[in-house]
Amino acid sequence: MVTSIFFYLFATILILSALRVITAKNPVHAVLFLVLTFVTSSCLWLMLDVEFLALSLILVYVGAVMVLFLFVVMMLDIDTETIRSGFWKNFPLALLLGVVILTEMVIVLITKPIVITGSVAPVDTSVSNGVALGWLMYTQYSYPVELASMVLLLGLVVAVALTLRKTNKNGKYQNISQQVNTESKGRVKMVNMKPVIARSLTIDEGDSK
Amino acid sequence: MIKKFLKTYLLTELFKGMGLTFKVLFTPKITLRYPEEKTPLSPRFRALHALRRYPNGEERCIGCKLCEAVCPALAITIDVQEREDKTRRTTRYDIDLTKCIFCGFCEEACPVDAIVETSLHEYHGETKGDLFYTKEMLLAIGDKYEPIIAKNRELDRKYR
Amino acid sequence: MNSIAQTLQHLLGDTLGWALWKLLLVIAIVVPLTIFVAYVTFAERKILGYMHARLGANRVGPKGLLQPFADLLKFVFKELLTPTKTSTGIFYIAPLIILACALLVWAVIPFNATTVFANVNASLLFVVAISSLGIYGIILAGWSGNSKYSFLGGVRATAQMISYELAMGFALVGVLMVSGSLNLGEIVKAQSSGILGGSILSWNWIPLFPFFLVYIISGVAETNRAPFDVCEGESEIVAGFFVEYSGTSFALFMLAEYVNMITISTMAALMFLGGWLSPLPKSWGFVGNESFVWLLLKVCILLFGFIWYRATFPRYRYDQIMRLGWKVFLPITLIWIFVLGAWMVSPLSIWQ
Repeated sequence: MVTSIFFYLFATILILSALRVITAKNPVHAVLFLVLTFVTSSCLWLMLDVEFLALSLILVYVGAVMVLFLFVVMMLDIDTETIRSGFWKNFPLALLLGVVILTEMVIVLITKPIVITGSVAPVDTSVSNGVALGWLMYTQYSYPVELASMVLLLGLVVAVALTLRKTNKNGKYQNISQQVNTESKGRVKMVNMKPVIARSLTIDEGDSK
Repeated sequence: MIKKFLKTYLLTELFKGMGLTFKVLFTPKITLRYPEEKTPLSPRFRALHALRRYPNGEERCIGCKLCEAVCPALAITIDVQEREDKTRRTTRYDIDLTKCIFCGFCEEACPVDAIVETSLHEYHGETKGDLFYTKEMLLAIGDKYEPIIAKNRELDRKYR
Repeated sequence: MNSIAQTLQHLLGDTLGWALWKLLLVIAIVVPLTIFVAYVTFAERKILGYMHARLGANRVGPKGLLQPFADLLKFVFKELLTPTKTSTGIFYIAPLIILACALLVWAVIPFNATTVFANVNASLLFVVAISSLGIYGIILAGWSGNSKYSFLGGVRATAQMISYELAMGFALVGVLMVSGSLNLGEIVKAQSSGILGGSILSWNWIPLFPFFLVYIISGVAETNRAPFDVCEGESEIVAGFFVEYSGTSFALFMLAEYVNMITISTMAALMFLGGWLSPLPKSWGFVGNESFVWLLLKVCILLFGFIWYRATFPRYRYDQIMRLGWKVFLPITLIWIFVLGAWMVSPLSIWQ
């Protein structure tokens, strides 16, 4: 009973916040509602006892990706008026797409009741969720995982390469390694200066006498 | 090269610094717990003003206005009138302590040692007017702390 | 303990009694934690003072021991100011997010072998995930302050925390590899045995010493403490992301910062210093037994470290912080993970 109450609670929050993502006027608020959506869906996963996936969702999406989203949205200073000005121009196309997607979903849901065919993988309750997942990932699905990781690595390298700007000759850059590694030896020169008698002063004194 | 690498990654310099702060942790502290402990004050310490009297009770100030003239902050205001016994006395002697910069020039200028700066620095005012000292107030301070004032001036005499 | 739970369930029915019992447990964790935080702030002022060759707070109560409560009273009676043209809701929710995330972590932290609020399988992952949520509080506080200073502070803090989370995560991966579990209790248990017989030498901090160092240093960066406190660098951006906050909402930031410090120290104690295990031989009776006191002692030592670094090191420059995170710690941890992996499969492995 308690479980279903919590399920409906989380599901309601999830749907409402997902709605607010596209209806919120302030883009920052929209991103925050997206965060709430992720967190509640992770809560739903937690209720299914898949704590590893739920926590990974929070860690990866909420903890890192959405923060960067939020950054970008905060920095962009989006002018909602100019965006909204093209609303009616684009409305027919958007409506068409929406209707198409909706009909597809309705057709799928109505015509074919969802029956999971094939055997459900037996759940081994003796090991924790993370261990079971890792076991599968590195035995049965090790090649797909490797492939996916290579694609991700490629994406990472390309992202760096795309944003790496050519060094500007006139720009001023700091070489931090060099700065950190400086020692007093290279910076301070000890000079052994002999005391110099101020000639002019003695002459002045002589004159006054 | 290797020496530098080791120096960086074994954090030697950081540990050296931490060793220093740890040593300071146990050094005796020189902080004074102020209201209970106080630093010794020089007899020349310049703080709250006072108007002095002669031992017979006659006020010293003759209203020469030298202090008013020398005051760089224009904090002193003096009015002078002749008293019944034909002596020149002030009817008004105000010091605005919010203007005063405690330079001590008034003290230096005074030919009769009437205006002095005492070493009383623990006074306060809660409204702006509280720090406007009139002749009566200054004389009262002088009367109250005459022993201290006299002692400080005695100690400082040989340097003047 | 269980009898109280049963009595409550008997009196109030199963669900309500259980909920009330859990609520009592939460209070039993949060209240001592808050008092601990109060005295950590006091200890910080004292130790910092002594390291600066002065006395520190010594006025309120005997030896200044009531100082934290005086601070609290002062915070509570200050006016709450709201900047104009700000999202008021976000402005007041931000400190709550930070504090909630800081406190939520304590749900899965074990206090000794049997005492833990929620014994989650992936408790280590939970700690990392929830503490990464705390960033939201900071960035929202910085944004909703509606001031350039606070926004810069928020941006700095967030970028720094995300960068150091990587190094921290890799340090945790090392611990995972040797203990083979995501459960904090299991991690401590794994340290109690081993080729060196569960003594102080078999704790993770010796074989994983680079990870230990990286974890401690990134922990300092993660909590935005000196020398990595550029996000509140008062010489540059006034007070960073909480520049617009006053009164109790500012106090919440302080509270969250210190709770985070304690969390980082506790995690370091659990993962690298053997948690509640005793460094003394078993035969020594009480001091040789594993107990909560040992955990507390280790946490206090690590917290002393936090204050010690603050007293010793000057503030880092921001680009140097980023370089340290990305170009020094990340490669070190990555290389050491490979070394560790090779070590674990080699015949020299001490984790069989």
